[in-house]
Amino acid sequence: MSGHANTYVPKSRLAKWFESRLPLVGLMHSSFVSFPVPRNLNYFWTFGAILIMMLGLQIVTGVWLAMHYDPSADKAFNSVEHIMRDVNYGWLLRYAHANGASMFFVAVYIHIFRNLYYGSYKAPREVLYILGVIIYLLMMATAFLGYTLPWGQMSYWGATVITNILAAIPVVGDTIQSLLWGGYSVGSPTLNRFFSLHYLLPFMIAGVVVLHVWALHVVGQNNPTGIPIKSGKDAVAFTPYATVKDVFAAVVFMLFFAYWIFYQPGYLGHADNYIPANPAVTPAHIVPEWYFLPFYAILRAVPDKLGGVILMFGAVLILAFAPWLDTSRVRSSNYRPIYRQFFWLFVIVCVVLGWLGAKPPEGGYVIASQICTFYYFAHFLIVMPLVGLFETPTALPGSILESVTGPGKQIESGSGMPVGAAAAPSSKG
Amino acid sequence: MPGASDLANNVADSVPAQTGPEGTKRDFLFIATGAALAVGTAALAWPFVASMAPDAETVAAGAPLEVDLTPIQEGQIITVFWRGKLIFVRNRTDKEVKDSEAVQLSDLIDPAPDSARVKEGHAKWLVVYGNCTHLGCVPIGHSGQYDGWSCPCHGSVFDSAGRVRRGPAPTNLPIPPYAFTSDTKIRIGDEGAGKAVA
Ligand code: HEM
Ligand code: FES
Repeated sequence: MSGHANTYVPKSRLAKWFESRLPLVGLMHSSFVSFPVPRNLNYFWTFGAILIMMLGLQIVTGVWLAMHYDPSADKAFNSVEHIMRDVNYGWLLRYAHANGASMFFVAVYIHIFRNLYYGSYKAPREVLYILGVIIYLLMMATAFLGYTLPWGQMSYWGATVITNILAAIPVVGDTIQSLLWGGYSVGSPTLNRFFSLHYLLPFMIAGVVVLHVWALHVVGQNNPTGIPIKSGKDAVAFTPYATVKDVFAAVVFMLFFAYWIFYQPGYLGHADNYIPANPAVTPAHIVPEWYFLPFYAILRAVPDKLGGVILMFGAVLILAFAPWLDTSRVRSSNYRPIYRQFFWLFVIVCVVLGWLGAKPPEGGYVIASQICTFYYFAHFLIVMPLVGLFETPTALPGSILESVTGPGKQIESGSGMPVGAAAAPSSKG
Repeated sequence: MPGASDLANNVADSVPAQTGPEGTKRDFLFIATGAALAVGTAALAWPFVASMAPDAETVAAGAPLEVDLTPIQEGQIITVFWRGKLIFVRNRTDKEVKDSEAVQLSDLIDPAPDSARVKEGHAKWLVVYGNCTHLGCVPIGHSGQYDGWSCPCHGSVFDSAGRVRRGPAPTNLPIPPYAFTSDTKIRIGDEGAGKAVA
C-alpha cells in the first residue's frame, strides 16, 4: 500500500484519535478511493469485483444453508430435500448457492483468460498472479467438497473418483486417502469432514483474497495496452470511476445469475444427484461439474493412472509458471500479432477439452483429448517461450492517455490524477 | 516522533555483535530452541492427523461376514458389503472357468493365473472387491469382451477372474481375505482357521 499519496485527512477529533492508533480508514481510502486506476480499463477489469461479490454471496448462502443441513450419511440427502421443500425460501438459498458456484467459476475463468490475454501475469505482477492461482486451487477444492454434501449419486461417486485420484500419489497416496475417508471407503465419516472443510476453505480464500488485493495495490493494475501508468493523466481515481463501473458490471452479472436461479436452476447440475447415494451402483455416465470438465478430459486422455493424475494436476500448476515461460517484453496481446492467434487457439482448445470431458471415454474422443492435452501443455512450454523470442510486436502507444485520445492530442484538465501517483511501482522489476 | 520500527532498529543496533564463546552459546540456544519447537509442533500435529484415521467403531464394523452360497445361481454375481467396501461373489460357469484358465499370462496387464484368483478346489467361486482399481467406480457385470466386467467410468475391462484386461485400471480387482467354512459357505474377513483380519 506504499507508493501513492494517502490523501485521507481525518477531520473530527475521534477520527484523528482512531487514525493515529490504527490507520484503517486511511488504508481503505488509499485502496478504494484515491487509488489510481488506468483510464483505459475495459469491462474485463470488472470481474475482480464480481468475484469478491460472488465469494461474499457463497459465504452468506452457505452459512444459511448450514443452519438446516445435516452432514451425516443417512440424513444429508433428506436434509437437502427438506431445505428445498420445507424451509422458507430454502429453494432460493440452495439454488443461489449451487448456481452461485457455477457463476463464481464463470467469473474466474473470464478473469484468468483476461490475465493471459493482457499479459497481466508478467513482471511486476508475478506474486499477485500466483496468489490468484492459489485462490483458483482453493475454489476447486471448495466446490468439489460442496458437491459431495447433498449425498446423491453424483456426490458419492464424484467423491469416490477424486479420492481415488489422490491415492495414485506415490508413497503417501494411500495414507492420504484413508485420512480423507476415515474408513475403508467413502462414507459417513468422509461426509462429516468434507462438510467441516467445505465450511473452512471459503474463509481461507477470503484471506488469500486480502493478500491478492494487497499485492494489486502495491504493483498497480495492468491495462489493455500493458504499458504502465507514466503520468497522472493516464489514471483516474478508483472512486467514483472504478467503483461505479464495478457496481454496474456486478448488477449486470447478477441479472445473468438470476436467470439461472429462476429459469434454469437445475440445468448446470446432474439429474443423477437427485438419487440418494448408493455404494453398490455407479451411474452409467459419471461426469464432474462443467467447470472441471477440461481437467477431467486431460485425466482420461492418458491410459495410465499415475500419468493421468500427474497431467491433470500439472495442467493447473503450470499456470503458476506462466510469468517465466513467457519471454516477450510486451505484455498485451493487442500488440502481439502472432501470440494473439495462439492465445485464441488456446481458448478454443480449453473449450474443446471441456466438451470432450463430458463425452464417453472411447474411440475418437480419446484421441481428440490426447491432441488437445498436447496442445494445452505445448502452449505453455513451447509457444509461450518461443513466440516471445521470434515475434515482432506492433508499435506500442506512447502512453495510456495516447491510446485513448490518439497520438499527440492533449486532454482538457479535469479527471486526471495527481502526477506521480502509483506510477513508480508498476515499472519495477 | 519515532515509529515503533525505528525503535526496533535502534535496539538491534545497540546490541554489539557477539563473538567468541558467547557466540557459540547463543548458537546452541538457537538450535536447541529450534529443535524443541520442531519436536513440539510434530507432537502437537500428531493427534490432529491421527484423529482422521478410521476410528475404532469403523474398524470394529469389520467383523467377519458369513455368506451363504447356495442361493447364487450358476453365472450369477451377488454383491455384499464388508467394512463398507463392496464385494462381488460370482458363481462362474464352467465355460468361464475354462476360458479364464486358458489365458496366456503374457496377455495380461497384471499377470496372475486363474488358480491364484480362487481358493483351491472352489474354482467356480470368484470373490473380489467390487471397485474398479482405476478410480473406484463399480464395474458392470457380464459385460466387456471377456465375460467379466466393464467399468462405466473410464472404460477399464476385467475378465471373469477379475483380472484387468484393458486400462486405465492398473491392477486386477483385489481379493478380500476370505475362507470356505463349508462347501456352501464363506467367511469374508477371515483368512483361515478363525483368524480375523483387522
Ligand atoms: C467458495 C465458496 C463456496 C463454493 C464455491 C461452494 C460450492 C458448493 C457447491 C458446488 C455445493 C453443492 C450444491 C448442490 O449441488 O446442492 C455446495 C453445497 C453446500 N455448501 Fe457451499 N460453497 C461455498 C461456500 C460455502 C460456505 C462458506 C458454507 C458455510 C457453511 C457452505 C455451505 C454449504 C452447504 C451446507 C451445502 C449443502 C447444501 C446443498 O447442497 O445445497 N458453502 N457448496
Ligand atoms: S474407475 Fe473404472 S475405469 Fe476409471
